[in-house]
Amino acid sequence: MSQTSNETDAPLRESMDYDVVIVGAGPSGLSAAIRLKQLDPSLEVVVLEKGSEVGAHILSGAVLDPIGLDRLIPDWKEKSAPIKTAVTEDHFLFLTDKRSVRIPNWPMPKLMSNHGNYIVSMGNLCRWLAEQAEELGVEIFPGMAASELVMEGDRVAGVVAGEFGREADGSIGANYEAGMELRGKYVLLGEGVRGSLSKVVMEKFNLSDGLDPQKFGLGMKEIWEIDPAKHKEGTVQHTMGWPLGSNAGGGSFLYHIENNQVYVGFVVHLNYKNPYLSPYMEFQRFKHHPVVADLLEGGKRVAYGARAISEGGLQSLPKLTFPGGALLGCSAGMVNVPRIKGNHNAMLSGIAAAEAAAVAISEGREGDELSDYEIAVRDGDIGDDLKKVRNVKPLWAKWGALASTVLGGFDMWTNFLFGLSVFGTLKHGENDAQAIGEAKDYAEITYPKPDGILSFDRLTNVSFAATNHEESQPCHLKLADPSVPITVNLAKYAEPAQRYCPAGVYEVVEKAGVPEFVINFQNCVHCKTCDIKDPSQNITWTTPQGGDGPNYPNM
Amino acid sequence: MKILVPVKRVIDYNVKVRVKADESSVELANVKMSINPFDEIAVEEAIRLKEKGVASEVVVVTIGVKKSEDVLRTALAMGADRAILIEAADDVHTDIEPLAVAKLLAKVAEAEAPDLILAGKQAIDNDMNATGQMLGALLGWGQATSASALDITDGVARVTREVDGGLQVVDVNMPAIVTCDLRLNEPRYASLPNIMKAKKKPLTATTAADYGVDITPRLTVVKTVEPAARAAGEIVGSVEELKAKLKEAGVV
Repeated sequence: MSQTSNETDAPLRESMDYDVVIVGAGPSGLSAAIRLKQLDPSLEVVVLEKGSEVGAHILSGAVLDPIGLDRLIPDWKEKSAPIKTAVTEDHFLFLTDKRSVRIPNWPMPKLMSNHGNYIVSMGNLCRWLAEQAEELGVEIFPGMAASELVMEGDRVAGVVAGEFGREADGSIGANYEAGMELRGKYVLLGEGVRGSLSKVVMEKFNLSDGLDPQKFGLGMKEIWEIDPAKHKEGTVQHTMGWPLGSNAGGGSFLYHIENNQVYVGFVVHLNYKNPYLSPYMEFQRFKHHPVVADLLEGGKRVAYGARAISEGGLQSLPKLTFPGGALLGCSAGMVNVPRIKGNHNAMLSGIAAAEAAAVAISEGREGDELSDYEIAVRDGDIGDDLKKVRNVKPLWAKWGALASTVLGGFDMWTNFLFGLSVFGTLKHGENDAQAIGEAKDYAEITYPKPDGILSFDRLTNVSFAATNHEESQPCHLKLADPSVPITVNLAKYAEPAQRYCPAGVYEVVEKAGVPEFVINFQNCVHCKTCDIKDPSQNITWTTPQGGDGPNYPNM
Repeated sequence: MKILVPVKRVIDYNVKVRVKADESSVELANVKMSINPFDEIAVEEAIRLKEKGVASEVVVVTIGVKKSEDVLRTALAMGADRAILIEAADDVHTDIEPLAVAKLLAKVAEAEAPDLILAGKQAIDNDMNATGQMLGALLGWGQATSASALDITDGVARVTREVDGGLQVVDVNMPAIVTCDLRLNEPRYASLPNIMKAKKKPLTATTAADYGVDITPRLTVVKTVEPAARAAGEIVGSVEELKAKLKEAGVV
């Protein structure tokens, strides 16, 4: 270890050199780490994870297409991967407020089938992947947030991680630890959707120039333990329609995993217009539909969490490489929206980036662009997967749920059968922050009060995310202009942060008759929705101290 | 002076504790675990004594599943010198009772001959507040529990204890056992460079059998249940209304 100077008031910080530095112990980062060591055991590989342990910040449906895992660790069954529940039944329902109509499976394009897929906890799968990686000699440091990039000229040369102990005003506290520079020949960013360093990199290197804006959804999930008599392990159910109707795109998922648990989730596309809409309350209301209520009745909610989802697909996929590194998985945005899956592409991208980096390092290169990775993604399985479905999301945004199911289904069929689309490639238009409308043009939405049995108020549910942030640290949710929430957002949009945040972080409170914007950052579950949906794009999500944030179990 | 610090891996204080469906215990599978906060305070105090030149060596010991090694690594990263793992269970749900823990620690103390044992006052999982006291009895050493301040001079530990209604100061001759309370100190962060260095510090792995101690449980857990849910509150409009409601409920 060596010591380098630091431009701030902080003491000297130590520095350590690696071959590859990976940010984020999710499916993409861990796949990259494992592949690097498989290709060359002598490579020095480090993975940094802001969660208190691997899996603590992983939230996903998830129905896993094992294509990536098969390629990474073909004998995953023998190695006791936590993948036990094959999908046996697959239902797709269209809901009205009281009824449900099952859409038969036969007109669905083959790519929509879940045959051969598994219901998994990605949190547990990542914990297992981390064990595999550590056995190969990868160094994994959970509880260490990568908070800054280390630049060397115009290349990314590493990251700073593990700074602890700043006081709320930013000054250095009694227990201050300066953090450390981890330098690598290549830096792979696998932060997931709207990663804070990925965002910096995309702006710095103009990676999204000329592309459609990235589109997002907000996914919320609860784990329920239900009556064993009603539990049907292996059953997958998706719904569209009620309660969102024409207010927003989105829908629900419900997966019966092992141990009498079901994963109940709800996704709201963040291009919704009505600023009074509350994605969280839509989710709570949804659980009162008879098809869900009957199942959950007598059961117990054991965990809650939320995470943004990238939904832009191919049209929004940024350039993946920059001097000194690359974006993996959903740091770039590789979710296949109609298939409701992204983990397979995350893993494939990690593998591809690792292969490109290993070749580059073996040729004595460093700090340049891994162009082979970009080619492998766009011309390989990931590009193929995303290309067939590229018009589904724009059609949905334009025509609504039902019509787009028919049009999108037709489009996927033509893509599947003939490899082309009658629509060509449709555009996404504006970004999700711009999509929001002015409060005066919309009616307030009155949501039913949660009953405490099937539905819960937001703060009660947040306690089931087991989230925590050291209180005496600077707020990690940065406002570019602190006056904007009241002067602009409240006046024009009734400050939607109060409603889009699934953790109740943002409040507008009256103090002596004057509205004041309050940020309860301790509640944050790291979903990144505020960074995406704020109409003034005034909020920047940065990493709090490592180890802070939710402590998800088998999410 | 050598200090021995026993540490326990417990359910993390942020986790919403949940009873297992079969009511045999609380759910620990897939649950975030970490070092018992009171033990972390004990480790911090030991390291501070070493930094002040009072102690020369800090040894940490844990008893539990193999994974308990994690809390030893945390203690080593904070600044302990070496660690002992006593593997005593395969399943994280197996509770090693305080008496068994105390007997094992007594054996470790005999082998290591520390001048001071600094322990947490209790583990936040089952709140027994018993191990330190039992260990004192088994070793025949003096003990002071719930320390909020500690000062060591000439073989005597002066301990300020938090007691009901105030503070009590006691002197204990060493070797002694001191259990630590919340206000003793604020533990440091395990920094990334120190976590890296801690990987190279010595850790001895042993098993309960190596010490010849019988750890068979002596207690039987009949049932584990959640506390009864609190009934919903009611907001009253005036003092008069409050009085009426209290009368109605028969409490005044």
